Amino acid sequence: MKKPLKDIARGASRREVLVVGATLAGSSLLVGCSLPDMLSAGSKVKPGAFGPFLKFSPDGVVTVISKHIEFGQGNHAGLAAIAAEELDADWTKVKVEQAPANAKLYGNVNMGGTQGTGGSSAINNSWTQLRTAGAGARAMFVSAAAAKWGVPASEITVSNGVIAHASGKQAGFGELVAGAAKVAPPATPTLKSPASFSLIGTDRVRRKDSQAKSEGSARYTQDVRLPDMLIAVVAHPPRFGGTVGSFDAAAAKKVPGVVDVFEIDTGVAVVAQSTHAAIKGREALKVTWDESKAEKRGSAQILAEFKDLASGKTAAPEKNGWKGFDSKGDAASAAAGTNALEIAYDFPYLAHATMEPMNCVAIVGKGPPRLIFGSQTPTLDQLNTAKLTMSLPGAVEIETLFAGGSFGRRATFQSDYVVECVRIAKKVGKGRPVKLVWTREDDMRAGYYRPLVHHTVRVTTDAEGYPATWRQRIVTQSIMKGAPPGAPGGDGVDQTAVEGAMGSPYLKATPVVDAQLLTPDVGVPVLWWRSVGATHTAYVMEHTVEQLAKRAGKDPVEYRRALYQKAGAKRHLAVLDLAAEKAGWTTPAPAGWTRGVAVHESFGSVVAQIAEVKVENGQPKVGRVITAIDCGTAISPNQIAAQMEGGTCYGLSGAMFGEITLTDGQVDQGNFDTYRVLRNSEAPTVETYIVPSTAPPSGVGEPGTPVIGPAVANALFALDGQPRLSQPFVKV
Amino acid sequence: MAITLDVNGKSQNVNSPPDTPLLWVLRDELGLTGTKYGCGVAQCGACTVLADGAPVRSCQLPISAIGSSKITTIESLGGHHPVQEAWVKLDVPQCGYCQSGQIMSAVALLASNPKPDDEAITGAMDGNICRCGAYQRIREAIKDAAAAPAPAAAPAAPAA
Repeated sequence: MKKPLKDIARGASRREVLVVGATLAGSSLLVGCSLPDMLSAGSKVKPGAFGPFLKFSPDGVVTVISKHIEFGQGNHAGLAAIAAEELDADWTKVKVEQAPANAKLYGNVNMGGTQGTGGSSAINNSWTQLRTAGAGARAMFVSAAAAKWGVPASEITVSNGVIAHASGKQAGFGELVAGAAKVAPPATPTLKSPASFSLIGTDRVRRKDSQAKSEGSARYTQDVRLPDMLIAVVAHPPRFGGTVGSFDAAAAKKVPGVVDVFEIDTGVAVVAQSTHAAIKGREALKVTWDESKAEKRGSAQILAEFKDLASGKTAAPEKNGWKGFDSKGDAASAAAGTNALEIAYDFPYLAHATMEPMNCVAIVGKGPPRLIFGSQTPTLDQLNTAKLTMSLPGAVEIETLFAGGSFGRRATFQSDYVVECVRIAKKVGKGRPVKLVWTREDDMRAGYYRPLVHHTVRVTTDAEGYPATWRQRIVTQSIMKGAPPGAPGGDGVDQTAVEGAMGSPYLKATPVVDAQLLTPDVGVPVLWWRSVGATHTAYVMEHTVEQLAKRAGKDPVEYRRALYQKAGAKRHLAVLDLAAEKAGWTTPAPAGWTRGVAVHESFGSVVAQIAEVKVENGQPKVGRVITAIDCGTAISPNQIAAQMEGGTCYGLSGAMFGEITLTDGQVDQGNFDTYRVLRNSEAPTVETYIVPSTAPPSGVGEPGTPVIGPAVANALFALDGQPRLSQPFVKV
Repeated sequence: MAITLDVNGKSQNVNSPPDTPLLWVLRDELGLTGTKYGCGVAQCGACTVLADGAPVRSCQLPISAIGSSKITTIESLGGHHPVQEAWVKLDVPQCGYCQSGQIMSAVALLASNPKPDDEAITGAMDGNICRCGAYQRIREAIKDAAAAPAPAAAPAAPAA
């Protein structure tokens, strides 16, 4: 019996990773197979009478079940509103519940049906699914009412949660739920036309969790308390790739409250009865590390090596060499033309630094393995847990809680901290709950950074100053290389490294393009960081175009407009025009302030920002940021604005202050005293304007992040004529 | 040896060692999990509570140092304090993890300065990091709460 189970788990993981790997980054790869069936084998989760997404209770409360984790994006509000719109539910009686793990019922349509949140896809992939669920349930209630009242279904209306007939008969969902549950769901329910939406797009679509999150009652992994639960902390090797040589636990075990100390794959675990005891136990622990296979290069050396590769001073390796991602015309002419703008850009490693450091609760050894935590990719977490516990993936139960931010960090192929917790819980055994707690220092030093990136750009221009040839080289680590064998990125171009440069309207508008990527091996774990490739490509494209506009003697907005027209980039034009109008681009900036503009498309949405910037106490100060976004159908304008505000702060924090450095392979930063992040007095005031659209909704969580960096750099360039060729702008 | 603490108007005997930071006593021993761990070194403000009305970072406050100071945590505000009402009205939270600390800092600010200007607000709130970047709404909510009529009763009755 054991062997087939093992085969299922292994076979599934390869295929699953293919799909998730490609899609977390924003692209999509659909695989038509019975994968969701395979991945959910062993699951006890069953849909109710109204399907997997809706529940109705006799008191009239409508519960929308979210297959996506809420860690700030506001997706729970948007997902609920989609279903509530088609139901014509009373929004004040709509609640949101987090779905359990089950790939078959709750798979992400954009991730080939595996369950996960990422690539700003929650709303987009649920759009048709939740509309259909809402419309289907609505039809079931109408049928039930028609039968009960003896009137034709066509004469029944539903509005704001009230099902009514002209005869005066009316009822709420709660009163009719028993009858409606017995009605066969319609095969293809009729969806509303966008013109008749009464909830979607209004300011009534607001968060459902603000009260809980303002009174301290919202439950995070950090808050889980279970009878007999142990707290674990782990001493990790100081360098990536290091392992435990030997350890002396005698002093650690003497710390009151420490229960056990043992070695696991990723270090030495200290388990205790309280968090403080576990931390003190670890302080008393003596570990000798085996660093024979550890990465010992510092970040300065890694960058120097990247620069030599980009310039050709060092030849690229034969295996995994340069790969073209955009090529047209005569490449030789891109290298040859005279009077070129030649520039290079450097981007450091960045930590995600979520407010809640990574953590997990696992219960192993009694019944099916059970995880309680903020799971961003439940299917991967099930698979990785199943491998360690010899379970069917679907049998691994996951209760997903709110998470204190992710920005990409919680979605790793290896489920790194989850697996660490499961290993400890397995060793503890007997179904005793274990909560793994990472301190801030653990979180900041355990890797999975936005990779270090080096770009070189060489552009020649035509008689009017527009790009004639564009040569670009990107050297960075491959994020997709972290995926197990078979995943995309290992052999072809890692899309996560080039997205934003690839597909740029500026390249479309240029007759000759030669753009290539090189992804050398470095032993520092890297990962997607809110907006992924766009964190650097948006900056390079936008700051380069700004310099080209100046060389051409043209207004930056006018220069971009011309390029968008050449490229047929209508959505770019629309957001640029809207932002320029709202910012009063053609009128002088407020006294003392200088404006900078940037535009970028990511995750299906296009964002334009115009930032008002000045230099204060030697560092950039950003005041007002006018933001225009085209994100298709706007579900919740309030939360779209919230994501533009938050995304802007996240991007600005990285561009202004963010930098993880390594000295001889060891991470220099450990906490917020050395890894500086944006604080309230440094946070701009963002005004958000949404381009009206009836297209399906596209991403909102990430597209607000990558635009502010170049907008600020472009303002500074306008101010002093100096291009900003590396981040962060301010060194700690 | 048990230490006695005054938490949310209630006298509590706690058994944690005297060097234990108040944060872990609140969370692990007293079950008051609204106060969060974010950095452990008083850099992020997620663990902010009030000691005799003044904001303090509970991650750096050993229980042996508290004495008779009255500790107030997010749980004692009751959910409908004007600051909390403003937070909900403006949908300030995103991930929400830092918000207990933000709110306690804002409550302390408004108690000492009922009509703070922009500089006073950012001055009082700069110790509280929000990685989601809800800063703008935090500023707006503090102004909103400052404009609201004074609460009938000060943050009084402890939750339990």
